[in-house]
Amino acid sequence: MTTELLDPAAAATGTLFRFATAGSVDDGKSTLVGRLLHDSKAILADQLESVARTSADRGFGGEAGGLDLALLTDGLRAEREQGITIDVAYRYFATDRRTFILADCPGHVQYTRNTVTGASTADAVVVLVDARKGVLEQTRRHLSVVALLRVPHVVVAVNKIDLTGYSEEVFARIEADVRRVAAELGLHDAVSIPVSALVGDNVVERSAHTPWYTGPTLLELLETLPNTDDEPDGGAAFRFPVQLVLRPQGALAPGLDAEAFRDYRAYAGQVVAGTVRVGDAVTVLTPGQEPRTTTVTGIDAAGLDLDEAWAPQSVALRLADEFDVARGDLIGAAGTLPAPTAALSASLCWLAPRPLRPGAKVLVKHGTATVRALVTAVEGRLDLDTFEVGPAGELELNDIGRAALRLAAPLPLEPYAAQRRTGAFLVIDPQDGNTLAAGMITAGTEAGANP
Amino acid sequence: MTLTHAYEAPAPAGERLGVLDTLEAESIHIIREVVAEFERPAMLFSGGKDSVVMLHLAAKAFWPGRVPFPVLHVDTGHNFPEVLDFRDRTVERLGLKLVVGSVQEYIDRGELAERADGTRNPLQTTPLLDTIAAHRFDAVFGGGRRDEDKARAKERILSLRDEFGQWDPRNQRPELWNLYNGRHTVGQHVRAFPISNWTELDIWRYIAREGIELPAIYYAHEREVFRRDGMWRAVGEFSQPGPGEEVTVRTVRYRTVGDMSCTGAVLSEAYTVEDVVREVAASTLTERGATRADDRISEAAMEDRKKDGYF
Repeated sequence: MTTELLDPAAAATGTLFRFATAGSVDDGKSTLVGRLLHDSKAILADQLESVARTSADRGFGGEAGGLDLALLTDGLRAEREQGITIDVAYRYFATDRRTFILADCPGHVQYTRNTVTGASTADAVVVLVDARKGVLEQTRRHLSVVALLRVPHVVVAVNKIDLTGYSEEVFARIEADVRRVAAELGLHDAVSIPVSALVGDNVVERSAHTPWYTGPTLLELLETLPNTDDEPDGGAAFRFPVQLVLRPQGALAPGLDAEAFRDYRAYAGQVVAGTVRVGDAVTVLTPGQEPRTTTVTGIDAAGLDLDEAWAPQSVALRLADEFDVARGDLIGAAGTLPAPTAALSASLCWLAPRPLRPGAKVLVKHGTATVRALVTAVEGRLDLDTFEVGPAGELELNDIGRAALRLAAPLPLEPYAAQRRTGAFLVIDPQDGNTLAAGMITAGTEAGANP
Repeated sequence: MTLTHAYEAPAPAGERLGVLDTLEAESIHIIREVVAEFERPAMLFSGGKDSVVMLHLAAKAFWPGRVPFPVLHVDTGHNFPEVLDFRDRTVERLGLKLVVGSVQEYIDRGELAERADGTRNPLQTTPLLDTIAAHRFDAVFGGGRRDEDKARAKERILSLRDEFGQWDPRNQRPELWNLYNGRHTVGQHVRAFPISNWTELDIWRYIAREGIELPAIYYAHEREVFRRDGMWRAVGEFSQPGPGEEVTVRTVRYRTVGDMSCTGAVLSEAYTVEDVVREVAASTLTERGATRADDRISEAAMEDRKKDGYF
């Protein structure tokens, strides 16, 4: 075995990049994902053998050794039997520059639910378009969801370009359509790439068939787009939902000095936005209480004494004042937290079979706080084709709409447009515990706040 | 306050977090969420590398406190003795409570039957579910990774199981942002997979970076082996060569550690963790493909086991 490959020490130099794919089987999405994995050498010999065997069994391609790359993303038995994709599948591959997590979202069944799920954590979404069909309603819908979820980057892979005879005109027309739709949706950063997943053009390797295309290949682009954590949130204010209080007392880890940790108390959580430094003034917001301001005296990462921490690190904060802080509280840079409110307006992606109607009693999970809530109004439904909100009395499965909610306890709510992490929430069924909707705050309204 | 540094980890050195730092932060967040929202969590711990890394992350998540839940091991009765010894030492070192579910006891009582192929991995499900029920665990952490298998690639980080422990791939909750919904009703429990997004290579690089101790069988050593089903199987109490299977001494290591009756060794000269990182980076076979007989039974072996309540 050769041992000259990766230098283990180089491990930590790359960064993690999360992206999702949206498109249907007909667009060749499975083949594109398979091509990306295959050409970036993420597929190992035993997997390839299995694909080659199945390809041969099914008579793929006619020629000896033809590989149906779509088989690489084949998942569950039920999916193979029915030729459909049920659910988001996660795939992993790495290049010298980056490690990728790919959320492979099926396009046919429940595409809203799946695309929303994949896009919620994505740094980029790759939307597939069939070059022979151009921008369709479905493309508009995918782009609408991407815009709504505020995914930082959008890439449109114009697939099957080989079947247009590598036509520059076809690509130029689709690219112009994409640009127009993107502008309508407020997407500033939609890049189109002519690819053939089947042949491999411009996926990993630059194609000789498209001399008129001078941009990056799909993989090159994915390797160089800034990821969310590099993104300027640009100087976003520090946000830290408290997960739990670390107060070991009697239950100290073995080997630590009981005396040194007698009065230890710290607040564990993940930095969801911004940076915090020792000495910073921070405000602690406890639902139902006046905001309190104190100073950060220490940042612990499992025994490592840090000077600063930033998103998305998981740390524990020590504070100067010993007041009561608990799970569900939000710590933020002093003077930057919004006033807690109990009434909010939000976009909801409705993910449950039972429709949402006004008067529904639900739970809202926001950060680490879970509170009871009442849906006071369903304000409208988003038409994904026109991107306009029309009137609606209820929301059905896979609808995206606007609703007003009243919370049992006021929370510090920020618009999703300003802050992806603290502007998002889940709507949960209090009876069976199922996740009913993905919520994005459009506005918190002071008027409804508890006194 | 003066703190004793319990762990060696490189301080963040720039504007961005590296891959391992990002994965570590995500896993610690998940472990803390589960502990905060569940009443009686427990963590599967076999002494295998993934569960060792997961337990290490748990120790970091609650430092300077002790890991605030027991660890659970379903012992097939065919485990490598050096791995059981490692398990016990680790539990002792971290001051944890160990709960063991024993496949052997079920076989002895006649409640489980030995399979014709001698593989005991699928037999773990009943003792696992009974132990979960007996201790009323409402959340059980597992070290499953999505890159291991196509069924695992589709499972949520928090995976709801019914009272039979069954996974229903068609009825999973959408998992959005970093908001995890662990609500469940009586009889249900949740399997939590905090290292879902790690790959085998990430695991090994992290073991190297953090200086994490593993059972010695993960590193190259000489062993009496014989060839079966294209894999090198150890000669041992529970794994004897059949007619025509010639025993030789080879330098091998284990890439996965499970039941002796179904886990194969790979020929390897990787004596140190750095050697293993290089070997895994250059490997042309997946770890399960290379070493697990139980996953070779069918294309959907893992999917079928999970639907029955397996991890």
